[in-house]
Formats: sequence, C-alpha cells, structure tokens
Amino acid sequence: MRKILSMAVAIAAGLALAGGAPAQAAEKLKAAWVYVGPVGDFGWSYQHDQGRKAVEAHFGDKVETTFVENVDEGPDAERVIEQLARAGNKLIFTTSFGFMEPTLKVAKRHPNVFFEHATGFKRAKNVSTYNAKFHEGRYVLGQIAAKTSKTGTIGYIASFPIPEVIAGINSLMLGAQSINPDMKIKIVWVNSWFDPAKEADAAKALIDQGADVISQHTDSPAAMQAAEGRDVMAFGQASDMIKFGPDSQLTAIVDDWAPYYIERVQAVLDGTWTSTDTWGGMKDGEVVMAPYTNMPDDVKKMAETTQAAITSGALNPFKGPIYKQDGTLMVKEGEVLADKDILSMNWYVKGIDDKVPGQ
Amino acid sequence: MLDAAIIGAVLASIVAAATTLLLASLGELVAERAGTLNLGVEGMMIVGAAVGYVTAYGSGSLLLGTLAAVLAGMALSLVFAVLAIWLATNQVASGLATTILGLGLAGLIGASFVGTQLEGAPPLHIAGLTDLPILGKALFGQDAFVYVSLLLLAAVAYTLTRTRIGLVLRAVGENHAAAHALGHPVRGIRTLAVMFGGACAGLAGAHLSLAYTPFWAADMTAGRGWIALALVVFSAWRPLWLLAGAYLFGAVSILQLHVQGFGLGIPSQLLSALPYLATIIALVVISALKHGRGAPASLGVPFVPDR
Repeated sequence: MRKILSMAVAIAAGLALAGGAPAQAAEKLKAAWVYVGPVGDFGWSYQHDQGRKAVEAHFGDKVETTFVENVDEGPDAERVIEQLARAGNKLIFTTSFGFMEPTLKVAKRHPNVFFEHATGFKRAKNVSTYNAKFHEGRYVLGQIAAKTSKTGTIGYIASFPIPEVIAGINSLMLGAQSINPDMKIKIVWVNSWFDPAKEADAAKALIDQGADVISQHTDSPAAMQAAEGRDVMAFGQASDMIKFGPDSQLTAIVDDWAPYYIERVQAVLDGTWTSTDTWGGMKDGEVVMAPYTNMPDDVKKMAETTQAAITSGALNPFKGPIYKQDGTLMVKEGEVLADKDILSMNWYVKGIDDKVPGQ
Repeated sequence: MLDAAIIGAVLASIVAAATTLLLASLGELVAERAGTLNLGVEGMMIVGAAVGYVTAYGSGSLLLGTLAAVLAGMALSLVFAVLAIWLATNQVASGLATTILGLGLAGLIGASFVGTQLEGAPPLHIAGLTDLPILGKALFGQDAFVYVSLLLLAAVAYTLTRTRIGLVLRAVGENHAAAHALGHPVRGIRTLAVMFGGACAGLAGAHLSLAYTPFWAADMTAGRGWIALALVVFSAWRPLWLLAGAYLFGAVSILQLHVQGFGLGIPSQLLSALPYLATIIALVVISALKHGRGAPASLGVPFVPDR
C-alpha cells in the first residue's frame, strides 16, 4: 500500500515537472482593472470596461483580464488592489481619482507589478498616470449649444467642484462665447457621480428655469432621458446616449480608453513599460465625439471644423485672452493655459453668473 | 422669475420625488410595527427595480413589470424572514446581508439590459384639471405610482389603527410574549409584515426603473432605501408623519436644485446636505414632542417560543 502511494506521488511529481515547464513558457500576462462604480453604470466605469474588453479582443490568448467593480475610494481600495497584486496580476489599472494613495501604497510593496492610475497626479517607478482632455470636447459642445439654444441659456449638471469639472464648464462656456458672447449658463451641482433620479431632477429643474440645452458631467443617461421627455436638446456624457435621446442628443463626448489600454499592455508584453504621465485628447483618439445629430447642416459643419482644428492642434480651448469672473486677465493674448493650471483650475471664466461652490 | 409655471413644475417634481421614499418606507413601517427591523430595504428596492425593468422590457407591459417587481421584493424579504424570524439570527446582520445580496443579484439580472430604455409610465391627464395653474400638474398630472402610494398609505393608516388585524400586528410588535400567550402566531404575523415590506420596496424600485428614470442602471437606487429607513424613525412609526417626512424630504431635495439654478451663490455642498439636516432637526423636534411614544417595544428582538 505504502509503495503504491509513493509511486503515485512520484508519478504525479514527474507529470507536474514535465507539464509545468511548457505551461510556464506560455504563461499569459494577467491584467486587472479596479472600478469605482458598477460596470453597468453606462458611463465612466462602463467605458473603462469597454477598454478592458478591447484589450481581450486585441490580444486574445496572450492576456488574461479581471476586474473588480464598486470599489469604495477608501481603505477598502487598498485591500482590493493588494489582493489583485498577490493574485499574480502584472498590470493593474485603478480608474478613479480616490484610488491614488492606495495604488501608491500597494505599488511600493510590489515593485515587480506595474500600476496605472487614472486621473491622478502622483507617480512612482512602477506607477503611471493617465487621463483624457475631455474639456476639448466640451468646447465643441459650447459652440453647438450657442448655435442651437433659443433661450440663450445652457443648463449644466455638475458632479463635484474639482478642477476637471470646473475646467469642463469653463471650456464649454468659452466655446459658447466664441459664437454668442451673451450666452448664459445655469449650473446645478448634484454632489454625486451617479444618482439617476437626482440627475433627472436636476435636468428638470434646469429646464423649468429656461435652459434648453442640457450638458452633464455625471454618469447616467437620466438627464438625456429627461431632456427627451421635455423636448429640449442635450449632450451625452462618457457614452453615446443616442438611444436615450433619439430626438434630443446633439452629440456626446465618448471616453475611448481602448487605444491607451492596448498600448500599455503591449508595452508590458514587450518589456518596454516605463512610468509615464499621459494626458491624451482628441488627437490621441481618447476623446471621441458621437455623431452630430438633430442639428442643421451648417451647425454640424461648424462642429466638425472645430473638432478638426482641436485635433490638429490649430485650436486650443484655453487660448488667451481669458478673463476670470472679476475681469482679471488669466491668460494673455496668444498664450495658452498650461496643463498644470488646467489641472488645478478653481475659478470661472467671465460670463458665468455663479460662484464656484465653497469659495 | 418665480412665475406660476415654475412653481407648478416644482410642486409636481416634489410629489414625484417623495413617492419612491413613501412607498419604500411605508412597507418598512409595517414590518417594524410588527417588531422586525429589516435593513434590507435598499436590496429589495434594487431587485424590484431590476426585475421590474427586465420583465416590462421583455413583455412590453408595465403592469406585468410592476407585478414582477412586487413579487421579487417579496421573495427577497422572505429570505430575510426565514433567517431573522424563523432561525432567530441577528436582524441587523441579516438585513445588511439582504441588501448586499440584493445589490449583487440586481446587477446580475440587469447586466444585459444596460443601455436600453423603456417608454415610462404615462402621467395622468384630465382635461381641465391637469392644466390648472400651480397645483394642476402636482395633483392631477402624476403617474399611477403616486396615486397608488397615497391609497396604500391610507389603507395602512386605517388598518393599523382601526382594525383587529392592525391591533394584533401592533401587539406582536409591542410585546411578543403576551401576544404569543394569547395564541397569536407571532412569527407568522411577522413574516407577513416583512413580506408586505418587501412588496412595497419592490414597488418603490419599480417606480424608479419604470416611471422616474425608465431604464436600468446598476445601483440606480443610490441609497434611497437607507433614507426610507431613516424616515420610519423620523415618523415615530406613524403613517401620517411618514407622509409628512417623505414630502418634506422630497421638497428640500428638489428645492435645493432650483436654488442652485438661480445662482444665489449658496454653497451646493450645504444645499445637498439640507434634506438630511431637515430630517434630523424634525426628528429632534418630534422626539421632544412625542411624550414617550417611541419604537415598538419588541423591535429587533427575535422571538423564540418556549418548547
């Protein structure tokens, strides 16, 4: 009995050795994604997951991907990221601002794992950061809004008063002013990235107060749906929301992370990955405009021209002269606002009759 | 700026916003009056929203969707009831588990429906009445969920205070040993009360996914189940106060959006906190006034009959 047992063990060990070596040679690269919301939000996290799926489709058997959704931006995040690192993932994308510190902490303990943190500004030897210049798209939205609005008032549903959101409002307003200097904007902060019912309430409140073009910096299609129900125009956010506003969507800013994700996975496979800071825009294919719909041909043409100009670099939304609300000159004629100033923006441009919350 | 059209629109929005909360909290009130604290409201709501949407989308019938949502909420509440009432597990832990289970299940059920939408429940329109200035839309221009919520409220208020069933239910919640000694099936009554709570939460979920924002998105309840739980405490377990609480909460949450739109420069963070602040203040005032009328005495205590 004992003999048979030891023989069995020996055979098993032999098999493991024989089978182990080739299996290791063909080992897949394991990559993981951490999302702040549900993949079913049809917004921010959904688009990141579309990027992950594009990686799977592009690399096939060479890459194995996993994701964790609904991760709170707190101590929980560190535990989740740590687990993913221990599970053998070699490349981990953490896709929300609040994952910055947890990502850095875990990265320190796992020097052989590469980390990619979206929308943050702190890097390390094995931590890159990446983001997209969504404000480029908002400049186009502003121009379209100024051309299509009858009441001259844009309604803006904002999430949190952080630089990215404020830069978006400013860029939209600068675009609108380039067509009609008297355009007005009403801003409602819902203090949430994702709360469909509240986003719908905010859209209705803005429409009741006379806004007839709705723009949003929140993640659900509720505002688009509300606009469709009240026969006013709106812009989609993060995803193409045309299904929710077939007669209302003018266009949408679509986050396309696929090119970046494929590039970074390729870098790890090639062994060329280094810590970088990427802020891609229209020219990198990260900020994509959904088809221009529900507008006259001349407006569509204008939007396409502006988009082409931003893509080629001929036009920068934050090109001077730009004045702050109180009339202070912030960007001189012929100059453009530096990236670091956009990333720390906490002031409104002239023409916005409101205050940045908390100031 | 403040013309009749805006006031009318604001009032109509307030009624709609309050309805989800009223439905969910009404069911929980009944469960708690029978002595069971079910923290699974959020989970039952989201499952109702998902199942309701999926059924309505598949069948093309909002009514079928609503019925399915009610049944789904009841089914999940039954899971909770088995654990907390029949196996006498800790009610807080079982309730939290129910919420977590519900959120996960709903995400799974709705996964392939993300990015689709429905034609939502139509608002009532009575020529003449609905077009009345100011109150017309608020009173006569709502969807069926609003009227159902008010009828349910009236039925619950009547049943709890004026009928024998209500008396027995309250007895079970106040002193389960005495009710048991009188021969009332304590655990059976509690199970039915919890199931009524599940049905109402499912209905509240359906209100979100079939009328308010007629699409499915994971986590679309966004914490409303917890607000409903707070409202039950706010109401001191009385239906009419619950009505007041739900409408107060709805009013403050809609009004703060309008205040922002007018650009008065009040910090939006403060305005967003207002509904909660208002609830806390009202809570303090009510408990100061209510002269010892508090929670049902057996609330949260599992009942295990002597063998």
